[in-house]
Amino acid sequence: MTIETTTPAIAATDSVDLASVFAHSQVSEVLEKLDRELVGLAPVKARIGDIAALLLVDRARTSLGLSTGSPSLHMSFTGNPGTGKTTVALRMAEILHRLGYVRKGHLVAVTRDDLVGQYIGHTAPKTKEVLKKAMGGVLFIDEAYYLYRPENERDYGQEAIEILLQVMENQRDDLVVILAGYKDRMETFFRSNPGLSSRIAHHIEFPDYAEDELLAIAERMLDGMQYRLSAGARSALAEYIGLRRAQPHFANARSIRNALDRARLRQATRLFAERGRQLDRGALMTIEAVDIRQSRVFAPANPQA
Amino acid sequence: MMTNHGNRLTQGQFSFLPDLTDAQITAQIKFALANGWAVNVEYTDDPHPRNTYWEMFGMPLFDLKDPAGILTEINACRKTFPNHYIRVTAFDSARGWETPRMSYLVNRPKVEPGFRLVRQEVDGRAVRYTIESYAAQAPEGMRYT
Repeated sequence: MTIETTTPAIAATDSVDLASVFAHSQVSEVLEKLDRELVGLAPVKARIGDIAALLLVDRARTSLGLSTGSPSLHMSFTGNPGTGKTTVALRMAEILHRLGYVRKGHLVAVTRDDLVGQYIGHTAPKTKEVLKKAMGGVLFIDEAYYLYRPENERDYGQEAIEILLQVMENQRDDLVVILAGYKDRMETFFRSNPGLSSRIAHHIEFPDYAEDELLAIAERMLDGMQYRLSAGARSALAEYIGLRRAQPHFANARSIRNALDRARLRQATRLFAERGRQLDRGALMTIEAVDIRQSRVFAPANPQA
Repeated sequence: MMTNHGNRLTQGQFSFLPDLTDAQITAQIKFALANGWAVNVEYTDDPHPRNTYWEMFGMPLFDLKDPAGILTEINACRKTFPNHYIRVTAFDSARGWETPRMSYLVNRPKVEPGFRLVRQEVDGRAVRYTIESYAAQAPEGMRYT
């Protein structure tokens, strides 16, 4: 009897227009901005889109009086150096704020030093204070694997992890924790802390950038600094990226940023050397092929050529 | 008047109203944070109105953005001192103010015996009046059990 009377009532009286909920939340704007400003990272963007969809559907469900378990949004970002983990974490705070999942949308970025104390009894207040500061926003723990030092059994990192776990579980509405680090070391870290791994719903892996993506990133960086590449410099940079990727200690976008900083130094030196000349706007803005080709990366190739 | 009919302590804001709910406390904290005031949780078991020195629970809560962290602290304090008076103060450090701008009770003992009027005869027949908390006659820590 009761089933017959209650179920049609819910289905008949209420309906919700997802499109209007979506338009109302301004989420599309944030997602578009993310898509526009970050090159590549397709799996990351797809996952963020999924999360946004889930939160919107949850909101629609709430408006119809259906129960919604508050989703666990703790995340781990793994990937090689320079793949944009920190950048995305910063954006994540804004996205979750727009979605109405976190109340304030600020990001508190910490490392081991900010959580783990120096002596017995120092860790718990320190960790709790950081957690309190992060409430209403996102707590970003960079290089999270340093929290756990298996070689020292009296290390206080374990205590910090335990407090973290407790808050991650009990106060899911109050803050979102994002752990980030290099892939292999994060895997070891999660293997030795299974409780932590299982409380993180979203393990997002950041892929390495392809060569054309790195070139696009370089142009975007230069654009931000109000520089531009000449046609020759562009092909030189493409060549540079190909060579640099093969070398050890390649850190994706970070290596590109460093290369561009050095190219700016060389451009400045070049312009300074010919200081008799009047410089126009274009000369000050343009990075020429020679600025890039002087790089050490081209050195071993040159004698053979 | 320090007390009203139920012998309920009336100090600070909202004290003539029914006890604040957690949602109402959160809203008040949000107001304090929005004004940039530093919020503290303090407790005592000496309800005398001249007792201005309440113990601070934990650290001062600087640099918080969201009330949830402070509510956690209030609940921790309630758990530790379920039968003490607990108040939340919001300190304004702006020059010219430099004083608590808000102060309200968030926890009170289950039984509040109230205050006794004490009369003292001095200088012949002159009488001095003062009040004394019945609870405060027991030693500290044993007053509300």
